[in-house]
Amino acid sequence: MTPADSAPALRPGVNKIEVPVLARVEGEGELHIKTKSGKILDLKLRIPEPPRLFEGFLRGRHFMEVPDITARICGICPIAYQMSSIHALERALGVQVHPSVRALRRLFYCGEWIESHVLHIFFLHLPDFLGCQDAFEVAAKNADAVRMALRLKKLGNEIVRVMGGREIHPVSACVGGFWRAPRREELEALVPELEWALDASLQAVSLTASLEFPDFEQDYEFVALSHPEEYALNEGRIVSSRGLDIDAAQFEEHSIEQHVKHSNALHSVMRERGSYMVGPLARFNLNFAQLTGKARQAAAQAGLVPPVRNPFRSIVVRAVETVFAVEEALRIIAAYEPPPAPRLEVRPAPGAGAAATEAPRGLLYHRYAVDENGLITEARIVPPTAQNLRRIEEDLWGYVPKLLSLDNDQIAWRAEMAVRNYDPCISCATHFLKLRREDV
Amino acid sequence: MSSDGRKPRIAVFKFASCDGCQLSLLDAEDELLAVAGAVDIAYFPEASRRMEKGPYDIVLVEGSITTHHDAEAIQRIRRQAKTLVTIGACATAGGIQALRNWHDTAEWVRLVYAKPDFISTLKTSTPVAEHVPVDFELRGCPINKHQLLELIAATLAGRKPNIPAYSLCIECKRRGNTCVMVAAGTPCLGPVTQAGCGAICPSMRRGCYGCFGPMESANAPSLASQFRVLGASREEVDRAFRSYNGWSWPFRRVFEEAPKP
Repeated sequence: MTPADSAPALRPGVNKIEVPVLARVEGEGELHIKTKSGKILDLKLRIPEPPRLFEGFLRGRHFMEVPDITARICGICPIAYQMSSIHALERALGVQVHPSVRALRRLFYCGEWIESHVLHIFFLHLPDFLGCQDAFEVAAKNADAVRMALRLKKLGNEIVRVMGGREIHPVSACVGGFWRAPRREELEALVPELEWALDASLQAVSLTASLEFPDFEQDYEFVALSHPEEYALNEGRIVSSRGLDIDAAQFEEHSIEQHVKHSNALHSVMRERGSYMVGPLARFNLNFAQLTGKARQAAAQAGLVPPVRNPFRSIVVRAVETVFAVEEALRIIAAYEPPPAPRLEVRPAPGAGAAATEAPRGLLYHRYAVDENGLITEARIVPPTAQNLRRIEEDLWGYVPKLLSLDNDQIAWRAEMAVRNYDPCISCATHFLKLRREDV
Repeated sequence: MSSDGRKPRIAVFKFASCDGCQLSLLDAEDELLAVAGAVDIAYFPEASRRMEKGPYDIVLVEGSITTHHDAEAIQRIRRQAKTLVTIGACATAGGIQALRNWHDTAEWVRLVYAKPDFISTLKTSTPVAEHVPVDFELRGCPINKHQLLELIAATLAGRKPNIPAYSLCIECKRRGNTCVMVAAGTPCLGPVTQAGCGAICPSMRRGCYGCFGPMESANAPSLASQFRVLGASREEVDRAFRSYNGWSWPFRRVFEEAPKP
């Protein structure tokens, strides 16, 4: 049943709460919590997902192969990996793309945001709020909501398929543009379904806003890409709620890895400050003014006023961002003129470049160095979940003590739900995360 | 439904992978609720907290084997599976991470991780079939969701799945594409790659990069010589075959049997 409010008495002695397989996240995670007399002794989000060593084998590959390879880091957000790698390589090689290509990239990303956000809202996160094990149980109670979610998700996937050939690991995006640019008619054919989706995503906002949220707020440093004229997806400066305002090229001077005592995993922190949060809450709080009209209205009706500091409300913010992605897709399609050439021929030249874009889960940073033959000599990737990991654990340190009167199953469930606030993509994070060693 | 009247039990396990192939099941938006109604989804952590113990009627396995832990786990999973199906290039060929198989893995671990001694990993990334018997291999990086649905339906009905093993060229011709290799001299892995993606790359005027792996009786070294005729360097030819399915033997032949320069 739901994370219920029955409250058995506090147990004496050491109490271990184990979640051996973290469900409804992408990839493999485990959660270990050890408590004694109402206090947490130890808490670890463990990552047994095997490392895949992308930064290693990218070396020696040609830059044109990179976006197809990095897509394989994550089946849920392949476009994010394609976009960050393409932008970083274009900066390394000094490429400026046509405005129509720029618009197409935003549209492509909107498709991924819709597909990924709707998957997380309805299939990975909502079941927790309704006391269900999965979306199939939700469907037994409210089939219409799940059918609507499937149709919305299908539309996000359809945008990606029309532009990229397939939903997962699409094949059209490349350094210099696209292998093929869609014709106007192909994009216009998406419009009726997008118009339906505008209503549907607004319904998703009211549905998620009506859920009950735990009373839990934290003082976060929010970090996101920010652009003066648009809700940032591909371009902008990296800014934070504590005054950070940098070009992606400076990212590694500010965001550093730290070895912390309570865990053997290395976590990203802001130099001299500490943990930070990337993702929907960070974007919403930092870039509210750039949201499209209906998305802003929907947020107001849902009672969301930046800064939103309750991480459980991220489910509503994801719905608001879905409204944004639908509106933005409609705007881009209405203004679309195919580019004169889908891609520029890019000549190899030695160089280095870094870029960040906004994956559905948050800021995704890539940096590459290329030699005179166009081969990669260095690659560095910092995925959003790796940046959030420290913050997820800190949320749990703050939240779990509020739960200790519950039985272990309920504590585990609610703690899992708090982890899922971040839509963690562990498959992405592990080629970077350190595995935790079991030291007794 | 099985003979005792219960719904067939399906489980989904993952090893080293991107999660994309199991996501294909959730991407079957039109069929998902029907599938969930027809079978008992007993273990599918990406979608559900409900995790039931085996045995299972159908086990779908995504990902390659890269750690000692996983090499042991796949043995236990096999014992729980009436039918074991591997899905995707990682599970069927070792995946892109099998590029480590030709390199010093320890060097890459040092490169990626600040504390390499925390990392426990095998020197190789290998397909599931190198560890346990596999009943069917579904190709692709990622798999095609319609092929996955066909495979589940066929297994439940006790028939052979209708999944062609012929070359991508057949799909490409059916789409009416002009051949990128003949017309534009673009190296294309289509002639040795199994169909299944819908020939999406040649449809965008780029060469196929072989994400569905080798077709039945592929002659990859012959295609590699043709790439050389088109002007590709030996390194370019190597890279073309050494990618998502590079560890599959028909592709490995290209660089492991080639005479050294």
